[in-house]
Amino acid sequence: MTPVSSALGQPALGIAGLEQVYDQLATAIDQAGPAKAELFLVKLALLNAQALGDAEAFGRHLQAALQDL
Amino acid sequence: MHQPTTQARPSIYYPYQVHAPWLASQHPAQGRHPVVIVGSGPSGMVTALELARHGVASVVLESELQVSQGSRAIVFTRRSLEILQQVGVAQRMVDNGLPWRFGNSYYRGQRVFRMEAPHDADDRFFPMLNIQQQYMEEYLLDACQAEPLVDFRWGNKVTQVAQDATGATLEVDTPEGPYQLHADWVVAADGGRSAIRAAFDLQMEGASYEGRFVIADIRIDLPLPTERLAFFDPDWNPGNTVLMHREPHGIWRVDYQLPENETPEDALQPAALATRINALLAQIGHGDKPWEMDWSSVYSARTLTLPDYRHGRVLFTGDAAHLLPIFGVRGANTAFQDAQSLGWHLAFAVKGIASAALVDNYSRERVGAAREIIEESGKSTRFMTPPTRGFRLLRDAVLSLSLSQEFVRPLYHWRTSRPHEYTQSALNSPGDDNALFKAGPAHGAPPQNIRLSANDYLLDHLGGGFDLLYFTEGAAMPEALQSVVNAARAKGVPLRVTAVGASAPVAGADQTLADADGHFRARYGVPASGAAYLLRPDQHVCARWLTLDATRLQAALNHALPQ
Ligand SMILES: Cc1cc2nc3c(=O)[nH]c(=O)nc-3n(C[C@H](O)[C@H](O)[C@H](O)COP(=O)(O)OP(=O)(O)OC[C@H]3O[C@@H](n4cnc5c(N)ncnc54)[C@H](O)[C@@H]3O)c2cc1C
Repeated sequence: MTPVSSALGQPALGIAGLEQVYDQLATAIDQAGPAKAELFLVKLALLNAQALGDAEAFGRHLQAALQDL
Repeated sequence: MHQPTTQARPSIYYPYQVHAPWLASQHPAQGRHPVVIVGSGPSGMVTALELARHGVASVVLESELQVSQGSRAIVFTRRSLEILQQVGVAQRMVDNGLPWRFGNSYYRGQRVFRMEAPHDADDRFFPMLNIQQQYMEEYLLDACQAEPLVDFRWGNKVTQVAQDATGATLEVDTPEGPYQLHADWVVAADGGRSAIRAAFDLQMEGASYEGRFVIADIRIDLPLPTERLAFFDPDWNPGNTVLMHREPHGIWRVDYQLPENETPEDALQPAALATRINALLAQIGHGDKPWEMDWSSVYSARTLTLPDYRHGRVLFTGDAAHLLPIFGVRGANTAFQDAQSLGWHLAFAVKGIASAALVDNYSRERVGAAREIIEESGKSTRFMTPPTRGFRLLRDAVLSLSLSQEFVRPLYHWRTSRPHEYTQSALNSPGDDNALFKAGPAHGAPPQNIRLSANDYLLDHLGGGFDLLYFTEGAAMPEALQSVVNAARAKGVPLRVTAVGASAPVAGADQTLADADGHFRARYGVPASGAAYLLRPDQHVCARWLTLDATRLQAALNHALPQ
């Protein structure tokens, strides 16, 4: 399957990959528990930002995530 | 009537000396003084000593009768020692202080970051030296008292300052009542609570952080090296940060954040202090050791500066000019850099070597430095005491990640005070070769020290005026350069010429430093003879040339000394 380009200009996961991430993330949030979920998500964001290696792109992701809360 | 306390401050290791107040009735009538300095903290005394070195007399007014209470600043940087060397007290600091260069950050019992401050074979001083502020003040005081151009007055409290375009009148209260003092210039070195700043209603810009810290000095025998210790989120103080430093005389500085909702009064109760200090000692495995309290206090981090350090004939310096957090040891270390800068700018204006516009340059440069420090130390402060929920979450995420992930560990980096580089200074020569150099200190940078031989360094030979470093293997300074130098001196500009690289004394130079192995040249990025550096009286570089000629030397001097 060829990766589809996302609106944020990065190579996208494709639907199968996205479904996998969806389940993993939901399960991990449950595993962290309500008291630690936020901390867990911030750690995850930092790890992903480091892997992304692009502070500007990370900033665009932040703005996209802040929309329509 | 001003009645300063005559009771020596309490201390278990420092013998406070109470000095006699200076009384107007015991002295002849007062003339007008070129400079009156209000406050004898580190910034006031270094300013007085620098002014004296440039030949300008000053009166130092100090409301108290003894040096400051408690240890306050304890960590002094290499650049501070280089500045203190200029005023003659560095050796006493080194003889009595504890040098160090490593810092350790711990989280959940694991060392997650070890800072190693670079230490170069060319440096005379260690990156850091721990010694209590009272000792530093005592050494400066001795230097002031040995200096005939410094008129030091204990027990003299300034209660009012009025000024016009040419000078100021101060009301000074003493144990026998008030007297008046007239001055061309006033230096407000009256500390963080500056009454002069308040009287002129000058507003500071920046932020105050809410997190409050207890700072306590205890005497205890701990078998640990002189290194900085930082503990994040310890069990006994969850979410908060704890710092430890070794000081001379078996004293340790303990620094910890107050839990939210606790008042400073509660935190300073002996029982509260003892509980926390015992918990800290237990955590580091020394809960069995006896200890004794010397001094404790509470402070909070602030990153504030006046936007202009000149208010007519009044010049602000040190804590009176800005309030900086102690993370990164900013307060006193910045005060020294202020004072060194103010000393020469003001002296040159007083002596008429440059116009009074030179003091505006002091303000511009040091406000720029304060803003840079605020930007940097704000980062440390936000890590040490997160001001909001978002900053706290991020800090906690970094702590947690740091146990397994290398990439976040540098976020623990403790941005230590370093000298500001006056890269954009109006005094930097626009017509030199700064941009063509591939190495060496650039425009506005402090000089790179050079080890010349055992216990002999470049900075031992510089200072007190402008310094021209001329790299040559010739027998004499070119005549055209010599005549520019002589003309400048004839106008009263102190300018010393140091020839670098020749094996025999160079005619026309004040001193010659050999450079047999070319190490000096390499560190200054000098490819061939004929290159030069011009250092200002605070030693920062204001011009450098790959090939110096008389016209460009003249241009650089004119530029550095606006008329
Ligand atoms: C509790 C505490 C802990 C600190 N810890 C650290 C640290 O660990 N590291 C660090 O780098 N810095 C630390 N500092 C900051 C450091 O002590 C200051 O930055 C430094 O002393 C500033 O020097 P200064 O000369 O500008 O002001 P000060 O040292 O405050 O000196 C001002 C002087 O002016 C005098 N004065 C005030 N008003 C008048 C008046 N009206 N007339 C005459 N005299 C007057 C005062 O008596 C005082 O002697 C600490 C400060 C405090 C209060």
